Amino acid sequence: MTLALATPLRLPARRLASFGWATTIAGVICLLVALTALLAPWIAPHDPTAVDPLNAYAPFSAAHPLGTDDLGRDLLSRLIAGSRTSLAGPLVVIVLSGATGTAIAVAAAWIGGWFDAAVSRVLDILFAFPGLVLAITVTAVFGAGFLAPVVALSLAYVPIIARVMRAAALRERSLPYVEALRVQGFSGWHICRRHLLPNLAPLLVVQAAISFGYAMIDLASISFLGLGLQPPAADWGLMIANGQPSILAGFPQQSIAAAVAVVITVVAFTVVAERMASR
Amino acid sequence: MILEVTDLRKVFGSHVAVDGVSFGVGSGGSLAIVGESGSGKTTCARIVAGLERATAGTIRLGDLTDKSDRKSRARMVQMVFQDPYQSLDRRQTVASCLDEVLKFHGRDERPRRTKELLDLVGLDQRHAKALPKQLSGGQRQRVAIARALAPEPRLLILDEAVAALDVSIQAQVLNLLADARKATGVGYLFITHDLSVVRHVCDDVIVMHRGKIVEAGPVEKVLTSPEADYTRKLVGSIPRPGWVPTRA
Amino acid sequence: MSALLEFDRLRVEIPTPVGPRPLLRSVSLSVAAGEAVGLVGESGSGKSMTARSVLGMLPGGSVATGAVRFRGVDIGGLDPAGLRRLRSRDVAMVFQDPRASVNPVRTVGDFLTEVLRERGMSRAAAREKAGGILADIGVDRLAHRLKQRPYELSGGMLQRVVIAAALAGEPALILADEPTTALDVTTQEEVVAILDEQRRQRGTALLFISHDLELATAVCDRIAVMYAGEIVEILPAARLHEDARHPYTKALLKARPGSVPPGERLQTVPGVPQSAIDAPAGCVFADRCPVVEPLCRDTIPVLTAGVACHLEVS
Repeated sequence: MTLALATPLRLPARRLASFGWATTIAGVICLLVALTALLAPWIAPHDPTAVDPLNAYAPFSAAHPLGTDDLGRDLLSRLIAGSRTSLAGPLVVIVLSGATGTAIAVAAAWIGGWFDAAVSRVLDILFAFPGLVLAITVTAVFGAGFLAPVVALSLAYVPIIARVMRAAALRERSLPYVEALRVQGFSGWHICRRHLLPNLAPLLVVQAAISFGYAMIDLASISFLGLGLQPPAADWGLMIANGQPSILAGFPQQSIAAAVAVVITVVAFTVVAERMASR
Repeated sequence: MILEVTDLRKVFGSHVAVDGVSFGVGSGGSLAIVGESGSGKTTCARIVAGLERATAGTIRLGDLTDKSDRKSRARMVQMVFQDPYQSLDRRQTVASCLDEVLKFHGRDERPRRTKELLDLVGLDQRHAKALPKQLSGGQRQRVAIARALAPEPRLLILDEAVAALDVSIQAQVLNLLADARKATGVGYLFITHDLSVVRHVCDDVIVMHRGKIVEAGPVEKVLTSPEADYTRKLVGSIPRPGWVPTRA
Repeated sequence: MSALLEFDRLRVEIPTPVGPRPLLRSVSLSVAAGEAVGLVGESGSGKSMTARSVLGMLPGGSVATGAVRFRGVDIGGLDPAGLRRLRSRDVAMVFQDPRASVNPVRTVGDFLTEVLRERGMSRAAAREKAGGILADIGVDRLAHRLKQRPYELSGGMLQRVVIAAALAGEPALILADEPTTALDVTTQEEVVAILDEQRRQRGTALLFISHDLELATAVCDRIAVMYAGEIVEILPAARLHEDARHPYTKALLKARPGSVPPGERLQTVPGVPQSAIDAPAGCVFADRCPVVEPLCRDTIPVLTAGVACHLEVS
C-alpha cells in the first residue's frame, strides 16, 4: 500500500508568493509595528516626554524627522512610544475576550439544552449593546486610564467572539470523531480540551486578528474622547485628540501622524486576518 | 449472550423511531440490522453504543450494570462510523490516536500494542506517522477499526462502515473484519442497507422497517426465502446479474 | 450507425506548480442515438469529468485536447450561444443529489416548465406538458405536486421530478451522474426503472455513470469501465460477466461480496484506486495488476477490440 503525499513540498519563496503581494506587505508592516512596540525605549531617538518649549512646532529635520508638537516633544519618538499602549490595549482586549468568549462558546455547545439557550440569549442582549457605548459608560463610572476601557471593551467583544466560536464548536461537536471519542469512554472535559479546542484554535486566531483592528480603533476613539490614557502619556488616540488645537494653529503633523499610524496598522492587521480567514 | 436488547423503544418528539425491538448477539457472533433510511436501525446502534438514551426497554451488555462507568462500557462495546473522512481527529496522527486510547484504558507496552493493532488492520509504520488527510478513505476506515479494537471490546458496532468505500477497498475491509473477528473473538453488530455485505459477513439478520422488526432469522434463510413482504421487496431490489428493475 | 456522441482521445490536463497534470488521460468512446452506455469506475477514475466534458463544464484553468463531438460538431469549438443551446436543448443532466441540483425556493411546476418557457412555450402549454411527463413517470396528484416545493418531497420523488425535467426538454442525450446513489435500494429500483422505460420510449440516448456494475448493466446496452482517467474496457452489458477480459474489470467483478460463497475470502486488488495524476506511465492499472508484465509498466496499451490490455491483444 502506498502512502499518498497530499501536496508536493513547496519552497518558502514560492509559498510566500502564493500569499500575494498585498498580504506580504501587510504582514511585514504588522511585524515592523510589533517590533517597534517591543523595542520602543531603545529605538526612539528622543525622550518622548522631554518638553522643549523653545523648539515647539519644529518642522521636519534630521534631528526631528516628523517635527515636534506644541510642547516641543519629538513626534517620531512619541509615535514610537505610543505604539506600545496602542498595541497593548487591543492585544489585552483580544486575549481576554478570546479566552472568555471561547470558554463560554465551547461550554454552551457541549452542554447544550437550557444552558446553551440561556447563554445564547444573554449573548444576544450583550450583542445588541454597542461596544463603544458600553466601554464609555464603564470608563465614566470607574475612571479613565488604561485598564477600565480595556476591560470594558473586552466584555463588549465577548459576544462577538462567542457567537462565531459557538457555531464552530457546534459544528465540530457534531462530527463523528467526537462521537467516536465518547464511545471510547473519554470525558467531555478531555474531549473539549484535547480535541475540540485545538481544532477550533485556527478559527480563534483569525477571529482575534480581525477583532484586533476593531479594538484598536475603539480604544483610539476612547482615548480621543479623553477617557483613556491621560497626558502626558504617548498614545495614538490621545495624540490625535491633543493635536486638534495645533491643527487650528496650522500645524496638523501630530494628529495626521498618529491617525496614519492607526490606519496603516489596522489595515495591515485586517488584510492579514482576512487572508488567514480565506485559507 | 454479549448483547441482549428487549422491547427497545425510542421516541423523538412525536416520531417513534424504534418501536418495541428485541434482538441479541452471542459472544463472537455477528448480527446484521438491515433497513432503509428512517427504519430506525442506526438509532438502535446509537442506543447500544451509549450515544442515545432509550425511551423504554432494556439493554444488557455482558456484565455491565447501571453503575458501570464509561470506561468499562468502552471495554464492552465500540463503534465504527460510516464517514471515514470525519471520524478521525484531523490534527492527530494515526499513532497518537491509538496511543491516546491505549493510555486511557491503562494498557502497558503501548508502542508494541499500537504496532500490533496496525498490523491487524494492514497498516504499517509509515501510516503510523500520517495525519488523516494523508490517507485514503479505506486507510482511514482501517484506522477507525484499529481504534475501536484498541480497548479489546467484546462487541463492535459497524454503522454502515463499508458503505462509503469503493468496491475494491470495501472487499479489503470486509476481509479484514473477518480476520479481526477470528483473531480477537469480538462480536459484530452490523448496521447496513447492503444485503450482499450482510450475506458475506453475518450469521443472523433482522430486517427493520419504520421502527419495527419485520423479519428475523439466520441470514441464509431470510435472504433466500424471505417471508415478509417488505423483505421480499428489499431482496428483490438489489442489482444482480439478470436483474430487471421494475416500477411498483 | 453514426455516433450521436463521440469522445475522441479526450485528454484533460490541469496546470500545477510542477507542470501540467492529467485529469483524464485518454478517453475514446461513442454513444449512438438511442443507445445507453454505462460508464463505470471507482472514485477518481474520471467518470464524472468525462460526462461534464460533454457540456463543456471542465474545471477552471484545465486544458482539453482531443475532441468531444456531438452530432459531429466539436463541443470545444462552440461559442457561448452554441454551448447554451446544447445544454438547454440537446443534452440534459441528472446529478447525484437532487436536493443540491434543484432551486429550493421555487415550486416543482416552475422547475419543470423553466426550460420549456425559455423556448417560448406558453405557460399553460408548458404546464400541461410537464404534467403529462409527471403522469408518465407515475407521479400522482399532479396539480398538488406542481405547487409543492422541493423540501416537501422525498429524495426519490424529487429525483423523479429531476428526471421529468430532463425529459421535458426532449433532449437527444441524458447524462445521469450516479442518479440513485443517494437513494434507498427500493427507491433506486423505481427510479432506474422509470429512467430506463422513459428513455426507451422516447429514443433518448443515455450516458449512465455509476460505481455499481450490476446497476449499470441492468439499464445499459454497453458498459465502459474506467480506471485512472482511461477507459480500459468496453463490452456489451449482457456479456459483462462472461466476456470481461481486462484484469481490472475482472477484479471489480470478483470484489463484490456476492461473488464468493459466504464466509470465504473476497478476492481483492492490492492498493487503492488511483486517479490519472498518480497512475503509472504505461498501463494505468500496472501498479495493481495481478498479471502485470514489464511491458505494461512503460508502454500504454491501445484500446483494441474493446479492451486496453497488452496481455489480451497479443
